[in-house]
Amino acid sequence: MKVSFLAKVFEKLEGFLVPIAILGVWQYLSSQGIVNPQILPAPTAVVAKWWEYLLPSEAFDATKSDYLAWLFSGEMIHDAYATLYRVVVGFFIGGILALPLGLMMGANDRVYRLFNPLIQIFRPIPPIAFIPLSILWFGLGNPPAIFLIVLGAFFPILMNTIAGVRHVDSIYIRAARSLGASQTTMFLRVMLPAATPYILAGARIGVGTAFIVVIVSEMIAVNNGLGYRILEAREFFWSDKIIAGMFTIGLIGLAIDTGMNRLNNYLLKWHRGMESK
Amino acid sequence: MSNLPQIQIGNVSKTFSADGREVIALDNINLDIQSGEFICLLGPSGCGKSTLLNAIAGFSAPTSGAITVEEKSVLAPGPDRGMVFQEYALFPWMTVEKNIAFGLEIKKLPKTQIKEKVDVLLNMLNLQDFRERYPKDLSGGMRQRVAIARVLALDSPIMLMDEPFGALDSLTRRNLQDELLRIWTEFKKTIIFVTHSIEESIYLADRIIVMTYRPGKIKKEVAVTMPRQRDPSSVEFNELKKELSMLVMEEQSRSNQAEIKASTAD
Repeated sequence: MKVSFLAKVFEKLEGFLVPIAILGVWQYLSSQGIVNPQILPAPTAVVAKWWEYLLPSEAFDATKSDYLAWLFSGEMIHDAYATLYRVVVGFFIGGILALPLGLMMGANDRVYRLFNPLIQIFRPIPPIAFIPLSILWFGLGNPPAIFLIVLGAFFPILMNTIAGVRHVDSIYIRAARSLGASQTTMFLRVMLPAATPYILAGARIGVGTAFIVVIVSEMIAVNNGLGYRILEAREFFWSDKIIAGMFTIGLIGLAIDTGMNRLNNYLLKWHRGMESK
Repeated sequence: MSNLPQIQIGNVSKTFSADGREVIALDNINLDIQSGEFICLLGPSGCGKSTLLNAIAGFSAPTSGAITVEEKSVLAPGPDRGMVFQEYALFPWMTVEKNIAFGLEIKKLPKTQIKEKVDVLLNMLNLQDFRERYPKDLSGGMRQRVAIARVLALDSPIMLMDEPFGALDSLTRRNLQDELLRIWTEFKKTIIFVTHSIEESIYLADRIIVMTYRPGKIKKEVAVTMPRQRDPSSVEFNELKKELSMLVMEEQSRSNQAEIKASTAD
């Protein structure tokens, strides 16, 4: 019993071995002055900077603000909020546009033939390539950034929704017809749920793309957010802050993906092969 | 009600093209089915028995001829002819309860009435412990029980069954056959049951329609007069089995030859 428990603990810890080894080498190289700390600061320096970036910049003053507002007044919190706001708004606009169009294109061949050529032309253009046009159209600030994120989220959700509706197993449609389902019932209670595994997979890709696009667009169009911050840090040669910002971007990306995965598992609890994960 | 047959199949033919060749799936089928009859359509795969069932269900119209149910032409699928599929065709995103209730919700029955009805059916088919389960968590036999309950909920006078027990193990199969007979007796349904199992057809049917391999015609109609519960080890049962085996094997060998011919043709 005791041995197997220890073995289990070791198994869990195995995943930390490689990162710890790399951190050790990195720390050694920096602290020995083998690499220039301006190029590659020591992990300890990065962590210190990350902590500083996270914490409020001013001391707590009860006359100016309440405690909670002060606690979240750090620069990183503001940046993360600005970035997440853009992702969420852009993703939802993209989804709200893509979902109905995808459902219609998937269910109706006429609509598919009307829209498909246009979509095939625009789909291969990376959202990043829209940067010049988006600035011309929307100027600077949130609008061009959100426009790009909408584009990034739109196509994966659209393509997967179309595929999802088109791949609904005909046996469900036959069964529903023989049970007397009307067109509306068929669409809402058979085709839509049958397509959800595809649609959710598209949403997951879409939110991932949105997160990539937000960082790029922040480097160009706005003056806050995590993407802006790491670019700004480069101008001051704050490589510790660049890495600290990247680390935060990674954490948020991971959190978004984990959240989407949880949502997936919840909505698809009926789906075969879902529990094994 | 008059004495007219409930289902009339008159001069029904169905052709479709596969790989550029015309295939005559059904060739001039004539069949009258009385209300409350248990009919088995028997034959090797490719004999058109499922095509005929789909035509009665209204999924695919015959190329010529007419099918009428209670004197009305069949034009589309409908809840008066409940269908049970070999692949169960349960909606995986609905619980057992929701699957059974689906047809009733389409009919816009009041909620309390739906619940009452679902409760009765869950009990009748021994599904009460599976009410909240999703189809993926059920065995094949249990899934087919749910599919049968879903059709029974509609109160349709006719049940169409397309090799419903074909994918089940033999014990589960026998078990469900007995339950189907019980339901059939209790509700006085008309059942049209497609199978390629000779034994299954003798065990269940009032009348067995043996079909030929392409073109699909009615080779022979055999009335089964043995009283139920039929004993598969009885002499009578086995004599009928021998007779039907001869008929079906003739068609099976024609099907094999056609397959060899098709694969050596290219």
